[in-house]
Amino acid sequence: MTLWPFLLALGIHLTGGILALLLRRSNRVALATGTVACVVASVIGLVAAGHLLLVGGAAEMQASWHVPVGQLRVGVDALSAFFLLCIYLVSGLAAVYGAGYLGGHAHERTLAPVIFFFVLLVAGMTVVALARDGVLFLVAWEVMSLSGYFLVTFEHEREDVRRAGMVYLIASHIGVVFLFILFTIFARHGGDFSFAALASAGPLSSSLANACFLLALVGFGSKAGFWLLHTWLPEAHPAAPSHVSATMSGVMIKMGIYGLLRALTFLGTPPAWWGITLIVVGALSGVLGVLHALAQHDLKRLLAYHSVENIGIITLGIGLGLLGQSAANPTVAILGYSGAILHTLNHGLFKGLLFQGAGSVLFATGTKAIDSLGGLSRKMPVTALTFLVASVAICGLPPLNGFVSEWLIYVAAFHGGALSGATLVAALAVIPTLALIGGLAAACFVKAYGIIFLGEPRTKACEPAHDPPRSMRGPMLVGAVLCLAIGLWPQAALQIVARPAQVLVGTTAGADAMLGLLLPITRVALVLVGLAAVLTLLRWGLLRRREVAVGSTWGCGYEAPTARMQYTAASFAEPILDPFEATLHRPVHENPVRGYFPEEAHYERHPKDVVGDRVLVPAARRLIAALARIQIIQHGRVQLYLVYILVTVIVLLVWQLSGGA
Amino acid sequence: MIAQWVVHVLVLLLFPPLLLGVIGTTKAWFAGRKGPPLLQLYFDVWKLLHKEAVYSRTTTWIFRAGPIVSLASLLSAGLVLPLTSGSAPLSFGGDVIAFAYLLGLGRYFTMAAALDTGSSFEGMGASREAAFSALAEPALLVALAIVCVPASTVSFADAFAALPWSSWGAAHPEILIAVVVIFLVLLAENSRIPVDDPATHLELTMIHEVMVLDHSGPDFAFILYGSAVKIFLFSALLVHLIIPVSPDGGWLGILVVCAGGVAIAVAIGVVESGMARLRLVRVPQFLIGASVLGAIGIFVVLLRAGR
Repeated sequence: MTLWPFLLALGIHLTGGILALLLRRSNRVALATGTVACVVASVIGLVAAGHLLLVGGAAEMQASWHVPVGQLRVGVDALSAFFLLCIYLVSGLAAVYGAGYLGGHAHERTLAPVIFFFVLLVAGMTVVALARDGVLFLVAWEVMSLSGYFLVTFEHEREDVRRAGMVYLIASHIGVVFLFILFTIFARHGGDFSFAALASAGPLSSSLANACFLLALVGFGSKAGFWLLHTWLPEAHPAAPSHVSATMSGVMIKMGIYGLLRALTFLGTPPAWWGITLIVVGALSGVLGVLHALAQHDLKRLLAYHSVENIGIITLGIGLGLLGQSAANPTVAILGYSGAILHTLNHGLFKGLLFQGAGSVLFATGTKAIDSLGGLSRKMPVTALTFLVASVAICGLPPLNGFVSEWLIYVAAFHGGALSGATLVAALAVIPTLALIGGLAAACFVKAYGIIFLGEPRTKACEPAHDPPRSMRGPMLVGAVLCLAIGLWPQAALQIVARPAQVLVGTTAGADAMLGLLLPITRVALVLVGLAAVLTLLRWGLLRRREVAVGSTWGCGYEAPTARMQYTAASFAEPILDPFEATLHRPVHENPVRGYFPEEAHYERHPKDVVGDRVLVPAARRLIAALARIQIIQHGRVQLYLVYILVTVIVLLVWQLSGGA
Repeated sequence: MIAQWVVHVLVLLLFPPLLLGVIGTTKAWFAGRKGPPLLQLYFDVWKLLHKEAVYSRTTTWIFRAGPIVSLASLLSAGLVLPLTSGSAPLSFGGDVIAFAYLLGLGRYFTMAAALDTGSSFEGMGASREAAFSALAEPALLVALAIVCVPASTVSFADAFAALPWSSWGAAHPEILIAVVVIFLVLLAENSRIPVDDPATHLELTMIHEVMVLDHSGPDFAFILYGSAVKIFLFSALLVHLIIPVSPDGGWLGILVVCAGGVAIAVAIGVVESGMARLRLVRVPQFLIGASVLGAIGIFVVLLRAGR
């Protein structure tokens, strides 16, 4: 019974997608079909997932027909249900938003493919969460990754978009190689590919478990966007349509987190170094992600780097959870995992909202360049408000949802004082790391929000700006309300998070105490809102009978300022990045001002990805150069290749006959 | 209980402006001049509350929300931090983080309000504030961790109660380190010398003051008052680390927190009279130095625990 609503939702998604393809003649009809299917499926799935998370329960079933190698085995438990909740929530909102967003492209291309692949992406993600068999999991994983590729290359006539799609495709396939090995090891251990067999086969030997951990870290980490494996994110997210970016950044990369957590449940009690490794990975992703975000002046690239940062925060939480588990300290474990899991939902909400805001800005002005914008809050009040809510939330500030999840991770780290040795140092290192990430994130979002929405318009691009149509405003407002709701009433969110955290920790101890811990946050948030209201009233009362004049901004007596004199995103970020210059890669091209009567001068600075440009590209060049030597055996003559095959077969035969393994 | 909270709120609301007067008087004494009256800030706030307001035509509601959110978050932080007794009206397990992040919220809106004016001076101020606060944040939390982790708590009340009063000077250097770090953060967060010069007269060299150039009337009163509250919060935090405040508060609690606050204000005045402002490029080193000092304190904690 518990499983059927999810399968029904899956059916509705797929039906909607196929219908959209069949009805491709009319963009309007296809769009409506796809959107309705997404919304209906999301509502059904949300109710089912919410019910399961609040009441508990689990189910598993196996279809009576087999697929090659594996079985068609699906199931749902609290951990799956939580990620399903995120998928349905974010994708449902994104689908409604996308209906308006794609409407703007309706006159120039057939929309049916993008609708179909969006639905397929969502369906793929739900099957990833539901799969209880390694082969099914990998098939669904590939469906998800490949439909992502077709969505990223929506505007395939553009060279940069095709390149971004290729980067994405390569990155996700490098990642999946590790997953193939991981699931092969699992299958050898369990007897077949099903998760049930694996769970009942007992724990892996410690060296095998370590190998599996590393494989999962790289394989799932490349999807999640851990630092060093993140280079596809800032390429793919800006290229995709905004509702797709919202879904990819909001939930698709989280499937990497899901996979990692699911794999961890099979690996037994973790040794401490797993937790330490994840904390190091999380700290690197968090700090370097936010620094790279600060250096960006393209709004969607900036947001993509913030996904790396937030994945880092989630990873810090998981790392603390593992430390708690390895030290048999359920308080740290439960708090760390709950923080990580709740941050997954929160990030889905506010990052979805931010990408939708970026999409609305792009929709209205045609540019994503932060320094070309300005003063949009007058023309786009709803977008500005929701973007503000999301940016305060992503900085982890009260009274919004980001604060609650970061707070849980902080509390876990403070309780890490009860650990010992290297684990203690790792747990305490989380505290300043999170603080630094929070401070830099605030700087970055003051920059993004302030330069885009406040001040005066910097270019003509801002002139025609207006709020997007209702179908796009609606999901943004819903997302903003949800961010505020979780911030003001965190106990509700915690009830949703408690069961998945228990699945990971395997004990219920500490969960109830945590519910009590969160109660006072509501009080602080309400006091804050109340004080702000009182002060607003006070000022209103004071100014009511007095003259309120309007003048120009103080410019030290200069009365004719122009919009170009305003501070820009680049100038804002410069002093913040200065102490961290060594971690960035920002080549400068300049023709400096020379002499007493300077002639033409210019200055350009391009933020590049330090990993992509400094590590991956040179490494790939070297690899290609090294491999070029093998090219001698490649002649392009088919006869010769047939000889190679023959020789290989003979060698294998001889090896087999002579008693090889 | 009720009386204790009433005292807490009254001290929080009424006492802070005196501290800025004390700093001013100290600096005047060092400079050998007759400074403004001790109560000058009370007069200023009162006067500004009764003034009209001028708003730039570039600004939106964010500009008007800035001072309000900033003051509201500072006062909320004041309700989370124990002042005249061992606990606060909104004390809870985890209030340490709420305190730090409430300050962050106020700063966020101050910076946003500065960018709302479209002035490059104010943008410059916001950018510097963002840069320095991002570096001050880890230092503050490390210092708080030094105090909280040995007691395995995340709450001010429990951490203060567990402080080793009898012997911290000799045998607990980590508390001393925490005090120094928080004092350095106080100087940075409250835009004092050597990070920022509140008395500077040139917009280009300001950090905090330049962000609020365009505010006037009641808004500016909120800002001035808020800056006094912020100094008071940091000094109360320091006082609780240096001198035991009885958990029940009472007259002695009020006396300790207020006298301690005045003493710290004098110390700030001495620092401001005795040294020049750092060049802007040196400020990050100052703040990173504070974090490193805090990390040393953490290692002292670990060594002490023998783990």
